[in-house]
Amino acid sequence: MSAAESEAGNVAAAEPSSLRLVGTLGLAGLLSGLILVAVYELTLPIIDANDARALREAVFQVLPGTVEIQKLTVQGAALAQAAEDAEGPAIYRGLDDQGASVGYAIPAAGNGFQDTIRVIYGYDPVQRQVVGFQVLDSLETPGLGDKIAKDQDFLDNFKALAVDPQIVAVPEGAKRAANEVDSITGATISSKAVVKILNAGNAQWLPRLPEAGSEEGR
Amino acid sequence: MADSNPLRAATPGQAYAEFVKGLWKENPVFVQVLGMCPMLAVTNSAINALAMGAATLFVLTGSSLLVSLLRKHIPKQVRISTYIVIIATFVTVTDFTLKAAVPAVHRELGAFIALIVVNCLILGRQEAFASRNTVRRAVADALGMSAGFAFALLCLGGVREVLGSGSLFGFPLFGPAFEPWVVMILPPGGFIMLGLILLFFNYLRTKRLRIFGGSSRDRGGEG
Repeated sequence: MSAAESEAGNVAAAEPSSLRLVGTLGLAGLLSGLILVAVYELTLPIIDANDARALREAVFQVLPGTVEIQKLTVQGAALAQAAEDAEGPAIYRGLDDQGASVGYAIPAAGNGFQDTIRVIYGYDPVQRQVVGFQVLDSLETPGLGDKIAKDQDFLDNFKALAVDPQIVAVPEGAKRAANEVDSITGATISSKAVVKILNAGNAQWLPRLPEAGSEEGR
Repeated sequence: MADSNPLRAATPGQAYAEFVKGLWKENPVFVQVLGMCPMLAVTNSAINALAMGAATLFVLTGSSLLVSLLRKHIPKQVRISTYIVIIATFVTVTDFTLKAAVPAVHRELGAFIALIVVNCLILGRQEAFASRNTVRRAVADALGMSAGFAFALLCLGGVREVLGSGSLFGFPLFGPAFEPWVVMILPPGGFIMLGLILLFFNYLRTKRLRIFGGSSRDRGGEG
């Protein structure tokens, strides 16, 4: 870099006042702030709409047969329907075209191999099964750990996965029981992380679900 | 960083020359070895490389335009801070815009959009060129440098995606029998491929220099 040259050229010029230096930087900061606020205000509704649409699509995908979605949050001791823009942890109830409950879409997150993995999965309270699964966000190793989002054999694990007593990861091809998940060879840590996230999500949310059909309640 | 004499008067022909030099003769990656962080980090697919190239083009051109316009009004003592404020503003605008317009691309590039602020290619062009040249030449220089940068990103991203995923711009090339070289989309593959590409382009350069008898002065990399 030619910083040295410009310093040399500077000696001749008079030193500008501190006020001018502070003023220049202050003005630059002020203008920059104004521009950023304007752009932020312009793009925020679009970004929020994108996020909401991505979430809706994910709910439709993990709860087959859903045509309508209700958002539920913890209110007091029980779950209750909340407004679209309600804050705090929430799950989603899927309704079919008759208005009957299909099940619940539960977002969950936990540590993966490199960074937090965020997933959403569909849960059918009558069968006590996971019925669908999608990775929302992950930074797993490309080609290995990121197969948890793409590998069809792995995703097929979550089409009818029993949650009792709890979900267990087993080596690839070793799945025997309904609550076992075939891991991906070469991505054992990511596979186990997914199972751990699902179990944690279940522990957090299943006891709070209203007793659907009541006879399966614990 | 080596630059042509900044005191020359600007003519359309010279603006063109400022543009062309970034493509090859002073290519920011192959010759100046600048901007290595995004170069290695986001080139695991051609589409990511292209998105980063476009984002850098917008930031560099916008910053060069402003810095060149304001070059007589910014006191030398606070010039670097002012350049950073200008660059950071453009980067944040790009960040929000990409997130609103193309969320999928934004998710792939992640933190590397924000990190354009510290891409030394951009600050380097402000300090070495835009702050001493007319607007026309500064913009031509910025366009040329970003085009050269995008070209280099695409070279690396294209090769890594073809070998590492068996596809180009997301279209599968080889059918299911192809076993992808996973290492190519991981960081080590980036370093290996960058090394090979630098070797290739430097070989081409020295060969041309020998033929045309140009001076073979070497430029050290920075950043």
